[in-house]
Amino acid sequence: MNKLLVSVSPHIRQGDTTATIMRDVLIALVPALVASVIFFGARALLVAAVTIAVCVLSEWGFEKITGRENTIYDLSAAVTGLLLALNLPVDIPIWQAIFGSAAAIIMVKQLFGGIGKNFANPAITARVIMLIAFAGPMTTWRAVGDAVSSATPLALIKAGDISSLPSLMQMFIGQRSGSLGETSALALLLGGAYLLYRKVITWHTPVAFIGTVFVFTALLGEQPVYQIMSGGLILGAFFMATDYSTTPSTPLGQIIFGIGCGLITVLIRVWGNYPEGVSFSILLMNILTPYISKLTKRKPIGGVKA
Amino acid sequence: MQLSKLRGVRVPHRKNTADSAAKRLKTPSAVTIPMVMHIGAPAKPVVSPGDNVKVGQLIGEASGAVSSPVYASVSGTVKRVEPFLLSSGQFSQAVVIESDGKQELFEELPPPEVSDRQSFLDAVRKSGVVGLGGAGFPTAVKLDVDPNRIEAIIINGAECEPYITSDTRTMLDESDKIWAGIEMLQKYLGVKRVIVAIEDNKKSCIEKFENLAKGTSSVEVMALPSMYPQGGEKVLIYNTVGRIVPEGGLPIDVGVIVLNCTTLACIARYIASGVPLVEKCVTVDGSAVKEPKNVIVPIGTPLKEVFEGCGGFKSEPKKVIYGGPMMGIAVPDLDAPVLKNTNALLALDEKDAVIPKTTACIKCGRCVNSCPLGLMPASIETAFELKKPEQLEELKVNLCMECGCCSFVCPARRPLVQVNKLAKTMLRNYQQAKKAEEEKNKAKAEKGAAKI
Repeated sequence: MNKLLVSVSPHIRQGDTTATIMRDVLIALVPALVASVIFFGARALLVAAVTIAVCVLSEWGFEKITGRENTIYDLSAAVTGLLLALNLPVDIPIWQAIFGSAAAIIMVKQLFGGIGKNFANPAITARVIMLIAFAGPMTTWRAVGDAVSSATPLALIKAGDISSLPSLMQMFIGQRSGSLGETSALALLLGGAYLLYRKVITWHTPVAFIGTVFVFTALLGEQPVYQIMSGGLILGAFFMATDYSTTPSTPLGQIIFGIGCGLITVLIRVWGNYPEGVSFSILLMNILTPYISKLTKRKPIGGVKA
Repeated sequence: MQLSKLRGVRVPHRKNTADSAAKRLKTPSAVTIPMVMHIGAPAKPVVSPGDNVKVGQLIGEASGAVSSPVYASVSGTVKRVEPFLLSSGQFSQAVVIESDGKQELFEELPPPEVSDRQSFLDAVRKSGVVGLGGAGFPTAVKLDVDPNRIEAIIINGAECEPYITSDTRTMLDESDKIWAGIEMLQKYLGVKRVIVAIEDNKKSCIEKFENLAKGTSSVEVMALPSMYPQGGEKVLIYNTVGRIVPEGGLPIDVGVIVLNCTTLACIARYIASGVPLVEKCVTVDGSAVKEPKNVIVPIGTPLKEVFEGCGGFKSEPKKVIYGGPMMGIAVPDLDAPVLKNTNALLALDEKDAVIPKTTACIKCGRCVNSCPLGLMPASIETAFELKKPEQLEELKVNLCMECGCCSFVCPARRPLVQVNKLAKTMLRNYQQAKKAEEEKNKAKAEKGAAKI
């Protein structure tokens, strides 16, 4: 008789692992990637390939050098790469994309200890770094279907140029200028629905985030439906404000996080220097996450105060 | 009715053996009966090697208030009385009886005379019945409280663990005994409200008890969602009567007693027949078992023989578990015996037994959101790793019932239940040391005051 294995219960586990969760996020981003290729051409695919490759390579290389366990197969670096690509303009110089990808993985993720330990979303932070470092290329948008540059709808609103705005339908489908993956609300909502269906995320953050932007912009006399389809709001609300490591994990915490993101986004859009504020709002709320988590701790059932 | 139920997780049901009525297996050639099959003081062996014993004869007497007697489960000769290593890691005396195969009943087993509360409790004590849902707490001790404090008794037929169907079979095949037990609780303890709580994946059991309860107003049958750990005592109490058992308290502190349905059936069987708890209905299942089914075996039967009675193994077993896969205890070898509180035996093949690789916590919060008691396993793990018992105290790790939801859902496969167990010990040691320190300081202060 061979020896039997003895281990602590439970002896069965649910099917999800970190890798299957990340795989689901990648699957959910496919519609947005496809939309970006349709609207911006093959260069969109090139940018995505570069950011994914550099993110994975940075993760592998850093872990090799520091003697950490190789984690590229959990697919989290690939998710960061794809998310970053979807946050960049299609004509971003390749060397800048490489720089941003390496910064996301090495500076924002690995220096803090790798997956689960970083306090800020790597893709968002890298985008903000690039926006400041490469202000020109990061705000040069190609108009859909041709190679001339064009302002984003939010920039047009900011400039008061209402007449050149795309229609609501064009906004929904994604026929507007903007970052690779932020333009098509349709593709993003498809992906978001998939994440909800797979229970990778819950409704709390996206609904609180988008709902707050809707209500707040309506109160300020803006076009709320137009506002929620503009900029990177849907991409941010479903895919980046729901990042596990950098956002609260209780439903109440997530609602507070989403409302905070929504408020900051509108503040920046309406009164700030930048036309868009989703990235900044998520990054700022990332910093507040430990405090939100502390305030929204679950109360042990039957616990007596010591 | 409270607004929300306590949460938990959806586990696979795998009730493959629900339709298999329990069959008695061939009497084993020998049984090993430990004197510790309950919580409390070990029973004291009262037989010696060479003694002839018959089924139902006392072989270990209860010692102390919280204890339970042990009876011979086969007829034959006592071979040895020797220390035996329990799966908890403790040693206990065990009586090894070689069976003569005749299964002769002990002559002096008249049904107990039960006429009032005291004689009922005495009978429960003598029956050798302990909490058969798994905990093994002596039932007589649980019932021996001021009857005025008992507002409701919940009969636990949730059976929320995957695979196990032995309670299901008891509810279907021995509903008359459970019902007789309920009537005794009403008659002798004056219980006014009885709730039979069954998970809604056992429609036939619910139907059976709804029919039995027709026309009575004091027995309610509650169908509960099939959500693990529905049968956990605190969870069940909250989800049926909406009360929260406070930290350090017992269910009776909120006016409730929870009894497993098989526990009650065994008590009723003893009072009707005089035969104490000597055999158990056990679900035998798992990926390595050839013919999964329910069997009735004498307590003390080696697991090896139980599995042989189920056609043996179809593939090599890598892990064998007492109980269900969520809270069951893995045994080191197949010589381990069936105990009083064994309700299932699972043999898992290599694929099912593999211990998954642990990866970094991704802070997904699934452990926090699935804990029925509102604990935060990920934070407990961090506090434990940092060796911060004062944080563990605040996080209330002592409330953890080790149901396994957190480990079950963890995508990083972290051993959260294991850490909780260790963290509980760390917290207990810290609290004891703190108490000792305080007492020392107090004594010192008194000494100082006396000097002045």
